[in-house]
Amino acid sequence: MTIKGRAFIVGAYEHPTRKAPDKSVMQLHAEAARGALEDAGLGKDDVDGYFCAGDAPGMGPLSVADYMNLRLRHMDSTDTGGSSYLVHVAHAAEAIAAGKCNVALITLAGRPRSEGMATGTAARQGSPGQPEVGFEFPYGLTVANGYAMAAMRHMHEFGTTSEQLAWVKVAASHHAQHNPNAMLREVVTVEQVLASPMVTTPLHRLDCCVISDGGGALVVTREEIARSLKRPLVRLIGAGESPKFSGGGFMDLTYTGARFSGAAAFAEAGVKPADIQYASIYDSFTITVVIQIEDLGFCEKGRGGAFVADGNLISGVGRLPFNTDGGGLCNNHPANRGGMTKVIEAVRQLRGEAHPKVQVPGCTLALAHGTGGLIATRHGSATLIMERI
Amino acid sequence: MADRRYPEPVVTPETGEFWQAAKEGRLLIKRCRACGRFHWYPRALCPHCMSGDTEWVESNGEGTIYSFSVMERAEVPYAIAYVELAEGVRMMTNIVDSPFADIRIGQPVRVRFAPTEGGGRLPVFAPA
Repeated sequence: MTIKGRAFIVGAYEHPTRKAPDKSVMQLHAEAARGALEDAGLGKDDVDGYFCAGDAPGMGPLSVADYMNLRLRHMDSTDTGGSSYLVHVAHAAEAIAAGKCNVALITLAGRPRSEGMATGTAARQGSPGQPEVGFEFPYGLTVANGYAMAAMRHMHEFGTTSEQLAWVKVAASHHAQHNPNAMLREVVTVEQVLASPMVTTPLHRLDCCVISDGGGALVVTREEIARSLKRPLVRLIGAGESPKFSGGGFMDLTYTGARFSGAAAFAEAGVKPADIQYASIYDSFTITVVIQIEDLGFCEKGRGGAFVADGNLISGVGRLPFNTDGGGLCNNHPANRGGMTKVIEAVRQLRGEAHPKVQVPGCTLALAHGTGGLIATRHGSATLIMERI
Repeated sequence: MADRRYPEPVVTPETGEFWQAAKEGRLLIKRCRACGRFHWYPRALCPHCMSGDTEWVESNGEGTIYSFSVMERAEVPYAIAYVELAEGVRMMTNIVDSPFADIRIGQPVRVRFAPTEGGGRLPVFAPA
């Protein structure tokens, strides 16, 4: 069975808040859900499938669906960190293709900014049952220095430079200037990235994504329902998911699960990287983008630094317009999980609803890719390929 | 500069022997008797072949730096690293007793044991 062409993304909504001390996380989930359903032209009672991940309070789908008083016949709470929501789109398509639901709702929300969470720089012990906990936590493993070790190895093996990494942020900032909701709207230069304070070598503050409150939601449905609605038709044609682990001690920091999830998605869709007109690429850090672009096949392994340099990711300038909302680096990283906003901006591009200054003309084929967890240890990877028909 | 304080590691039924040996200044790693391969972090079941017949082997504690990062945004800055042991496995650790600017990928290092807050000891690495 393939999911190719079996499911359509008909609703997409990014909560406009970036700081929400006066709202509960559950409220943000429901507000995002309402926004996506309104966008689709559907109502709460049309939903019969619900998907959420670890950001959902309480018992995940049970608690959120109870709050919204949904009537469900299918649910899924796969949690692969920031990549979860791309996995959910693929799983929703599988469920729709199998007749297990007709209208799938996917939500994300969180308030790390209001809660003062040191997302990237605080070591977190996790549960004592995690088998690796004694062998990672005492050494001060954080999100930021985990990715930094991948960056350091990439520089060592391939000659990637800090200037090249900075170009990823520069491109994101060129896009964010047009997004009124973006946290960081100022256009920055390579020199400004390099002059920002070092967080953990070789990653500067401006190599790291923002910490924001917020949320987002998607509605996925089958073709007959999609065609009955008034929205442009965005069809899912390929999906891949692949976690990558520490290999029992034989790990390699230079590549991610995108090597496998990307290949699977391209094979299912029957298209090549060169065909993609717009790409949402997970940007927790600048290095994340460089490694994933290689792994997805947009350039050879090791050439990602050269590929992203000189504005090649800037819409209207470069070969691969990416993250035209400003991405996690400048716009929004709600709940510290950027996969949801990656799908939302790809949908905007395919509908022709991105900001006119960053809209890719005649965009009919787009990719969204997410990474979750730590590329230095264990992470999820998920790739979606969508077309406008 | 203040010394980095190491938290007491979580000890599980699978890792008691490892932490006891660390207290005695010995670095143990796991090898599978069925397939002969080493693995890291230590497990009761081999992650290569799923055999439950794994054994503790004492490493000579020599390795090279596979990658590292100096965490500057911390009360006491520190160098986190992956060290590749002579046995082939790559383990997360800290690099100590070295100016941060001198740390290099490929650099030979040797294990030593840093005291933890609860009286245990934690394997860390210093330039060989």
